[in-house]
Amino acid sequence: MSEAVASPLASSTALSLVPKAVGVQSMKDFKSDQEVRWCPGCGDYAILAAVQSFMPELGLARENVVFVSGIGCSSRFPYYMNTYGMHSIHGRAPAIATGLAASRRDLSVWVVTGDGDALSIGGNHLIHALRRNVNLKILLFNNRIYGLTKGQYSPTSEVGKITKSTPMGSLDAPFNPLSLAIGAEASFVARTIDSDRKHLQSVLRAAAAHEGTALVEIYQNCNIFNDGAFDVLKDKSTAESALIRLEHGAPIRFGPEGAARGVVRDPRTGDLAVVDVTPENEADLLVHDAHSPSPTHAFALSRLTDGTAFGAGAATPMGVFRDVARPVYETDMAEQLESAVTRQGQGDLAKLLAGNDTWTVVG
Amino acid sequence: MTSQVSSPINEEHEGPAPSLGAPVGALGEQRTSGKQTRRLDRVIIRFAGDSGDGMQLTGDRFTSETASFGNDLSTLPNFPAEIRAPAGTLPGVSSFQLHFADHDILTPGDAPDVLVAMNPAALKANLADVPRGGEIIVNTDEFTKRAMAKVGYGANPLEDGSLEAYAVHPVPLTTLTLEALKDSGLARKDAERAKNMFALGLLSWMYHRPTEGTESFLRKKFAKKPDIAEANVAAFRAGWNFGETTEDFAVSYEVAPATSAFPAGTYRNISGNLALAYGLIASSSRSGLPLFLGSYPITPASDILHELSRHKNFGVRTFQAEDEIAAIGAALGAAFGGSLAVTTTSGPGVALKSETIGLAVSLELPLLVVDIQRGGPSTGMPTKTEQADLLQAMYGRNGEAPVPIVAPATPAECFTAALEAARIAVAYRTPVMLLSDGYLANGSEPWRVPDVDELPDLHVEFASGPNHTAADGTETFWPYLRDPETLARPWAVPGTPGLEHRIGGIEKQDGTGNISYDPANHDFMVRTRQAKIDGITVPDIEVDDPSGAARTLVLGWGSTYGPITAAVRRIRREGGLVAQAHLRHLNPFPANLGSVLAGYDKVLVPEMNLGQLAHLIRAKYLVDARSYTQVTGLPFKAEQLAQAIAKENADV
Ligand code: SF4
Repeated sequence: MSEAVASPLASSTALSLVPKAVGVQSMKDFKSDQEVRWCPGCGDYAILAAVQSFMPELGLARENVVFVSGIGCSSRFPYYMNTYGMHSIHGRAPAIATGLAASRRDLSVWVVTGDGDALSIGGNHLIHALRRNVNLKILLFNNRIYGLTKGQYSPTSEVGKITKSTPMGSLDAPFNPLSLAIGAEASFVARTIDSDRKHLQSVLRAAAAHEGTALVEIYQNCNIFNDGAFDVLKDKSTAESALIRLEHGAPIRFGPEGAARGVVRDPRTGDLAVVDVTPENEADLLVHDAHSPSPTHAFALSRLTDGTAFGAGAATPMGVFRDVARPVYETDMAEQLESAVTRQGQGDLAKLLAGNDTWTVVG
Repeated sequence: MTSQVSSPINEEHEGPAPSLGAPVGALGEQRTSGKQTRRLDRVIIRFAGDSGDGMQLTGDRFTSETASFGNDLSTLPNFPAEIRAPAGTLPGVSSFQLHFADHDILTPGDAPDVLVAMNPAALKANLADVPRGGEIIVNTDEFTKRAMAKVGYGANPLEDGSLEAYAVHPVPLTTLTLEALKDSGLARKDAERAKNMFALGLLSWMYHRPTEGTESFLRKKFAKKPDIAEANVAAFRAGWNFGETTEDFAVSYEVAPATSAFPAGTYRNISGNLALAYGLIASSSRSGLPLFLGSYPITPASDILHELSRHKNFGVRTFQAEDEIAAIGAALGAAFGGSLAVTTTSGPGVALKSETIGLAVSLELPLLVVDIQRGGPSTGMPTKTEQADLLQAMYGRNGEAPVPIVAPATPAECFTAALEAARIAVAYRTPVMLLSDGYLANGSEPWRVPDVDELPDLHVEFASGPNHTAADGTETFWPYLRDPETLARPWAVPGTPGLEHRIGGIEKQDGTGNISYDPANHDFMVRTRQAKIDGITVPDIEVDDPSGAARTLVLGWGSTYGPITAAVRRIRREGGLVAQAHLRHLNPFPANLGSVLAGYDKVLVPEMNLGQLAHLIRAKYLVDARSYTQVTGLPFKAEQLAQAIAKENADV
């Protein structure tokens, strides 16, 4: 993981309208008085701690931070944050957060959702939030299973998954959440994992600094219904050769000492391939460009793993795939309101009600 | 003017339509320049043509002319759901009926005195509604073999004597329009399009309508195409002149302004959807809360979205969502943030929004849900009216999820209904259903423009500090600590320091708002949410029973007000006794409703559904309310209702 030399937050204008905290905040300030009720060992604990200890870095007035969630294990998240929060209904958090963010630009709005919440019942709201580029930070906890309803397959479960609702194996081809997001015109797409707090926070930092919708997929272990789903990426013996750490501006390479691997583009198909790095091909290694205007690069990276194959031979990129500037929905909305006043003048209710076609009755 | 239940002076009129061919209804006669002018007290005109013939525009213009002239009026647009249904077919017929008078009227009228039929389909589809002796103006150019065959006319109805009972004016509207525009340089097709303006010109002459408004309207509408604008103006004038010079039109009619029907004031014509949109902007202004509309396009509600989108200079945010669920979701999010939040839709949209309405009930946040009802179930009849969402509004959610319901009675009343719905939502922190319908939405009537200062004050205080002292003496904020009077919880918006709190759809503990599965707490919270809605203060229902001796009460709600009132006047004119009351609040009911109902031997409830209000009344008050129902997609006719009431009266 690279050290952030200068925090992207330093130069960002994404939060410029959100009032700053008075005094220094600590992780404790963001812990609510509610007892956390996830299963012992659940990956959600690590994510919560990472978020709570990251928030002081933003230095925002706590009362101007809002967490909105849907339904699912992860969606209990807002109850544990000592900010404003709403635990809403299944799948609808991006829509609710859109209304809040669009009407209140002085708020930092975060959405917490899961693979079932965001990609199944709420799929429509997710893609539309992304295309609009509302200033929301969407944290998608992907555990590839339904936890709260006790273990049915989810839209990111692999084909053939045996669960309570699929005793003979699931038939559904899974979504690749990042490919989906990039296809939906997302301006910021990243992936991280519950067990690596430093990486998780580096991604949160980049997401917070981004103006517009940021989609952060967080691989999260559900130790009750899908334990070990991401072990290949966590286990020291396998992680090095299975996990690609993306760094903007650097050639994409990974793997243990002496068995370096890298990513090259096939000049004929444009597809990406993982190859062993040799002195001959080293110069051909793809250089990661998160700010490329075209989504092609980020999309190709998202296809290196289908989001389900973590075994031998597959490589899973982590980090910021895409981070580009695009008009932000509520900024444009506010500008339309201002320009309407410039053009039509401040609204005059009496004039509006009377209209242009009146007649008078004398009593 | 339909804002009062009735006044004795009005009861003189609203009788069966006078036939124009006969002297009935003619108040006086005079002759000018070889043409006769007759005075009438009221007229019903119906413009009918193909969907593409511009009948709605024609009707709108005639309405504007009539409004600015000072008549009372009521309109009924009727059009197919298809944007361009197959030309020349019966399903493709679009019509616009306008009733105008020199006195107070209540409905668009049962039967047209004058039918303008732009083609054989329009004639065939509307003829049955025209009483014998009525005038029919037909565009003879469209009566070709093919066009007639398309709608099943074997012989030409203009020639086979089948229209003998009517006063038919055969006019080659297309030819005359083309002739008038032969020097305009327009292609034949474009010139032909102006034939609706020719018809409008002719009718404007017939009824002495002012013309300046239409001419300036046309020039404005076609500002970017001045040649089209001038062609339309020319066709309009040609139509007028045609009436003036042709012998076929020997008589023109005057309907005097309805000065005595209106209290003093400034008036304009307004449709229900426009009044509703204005009511929402007024609510925002009177509450000091920015307006946020989350909406998804749906007939017949979309016009409210369109209208509000034009008024961003009032700080109005309009959000066209990806679906109905997102539309209400975004509105609820904005409500959490302190906006006056609204979602507008029709019945199918309400079905999709149900879960979020339930969330709003649980979150106890203000939210306006506007349902412009249409024919159902499912897609039903999108452009036709119905009142069949009452029980959906009342009960259509999981769990015990009570929601107040407000229903306007007339197009202009949609304005005050919006303010009333906003008042309840904001004061009681609850979602409120506003039930309008297609008839109110598209129909129009004169409206006295209110003074802004006379509008209710909807100002609201957000929570600003702690409201609870813990045992250890610390000051804290409890999001579910209620106002003892209204039972409303505090509205604490993000950005308020010290009031950080979490709310959600899970049952919460009374006071603290913390998640709670405690049985006794749930029982308490369910009952408290119900008690909050039951305790909403709403005005008493007024009963119109001039003699005080009536034994039958006619009880209505929503858009049936016009037809019911007109029917009641007819009964009384013939010496019958009947009382009338109209509900604007369906949940909670007015506190005096029970005693009002108990005062009559019979209660008759006319509704455009299968008896939904009657069902509620019977359940709540144990009275034997009788239903009189119709679900044709059209409003009741006054005459038909009068008969039903008379029948009920006879058995008392
Ligand atoms: S079921 Fe799984 S995801 Fe849910 S709390 Fe338990 S471990 Fe976490």
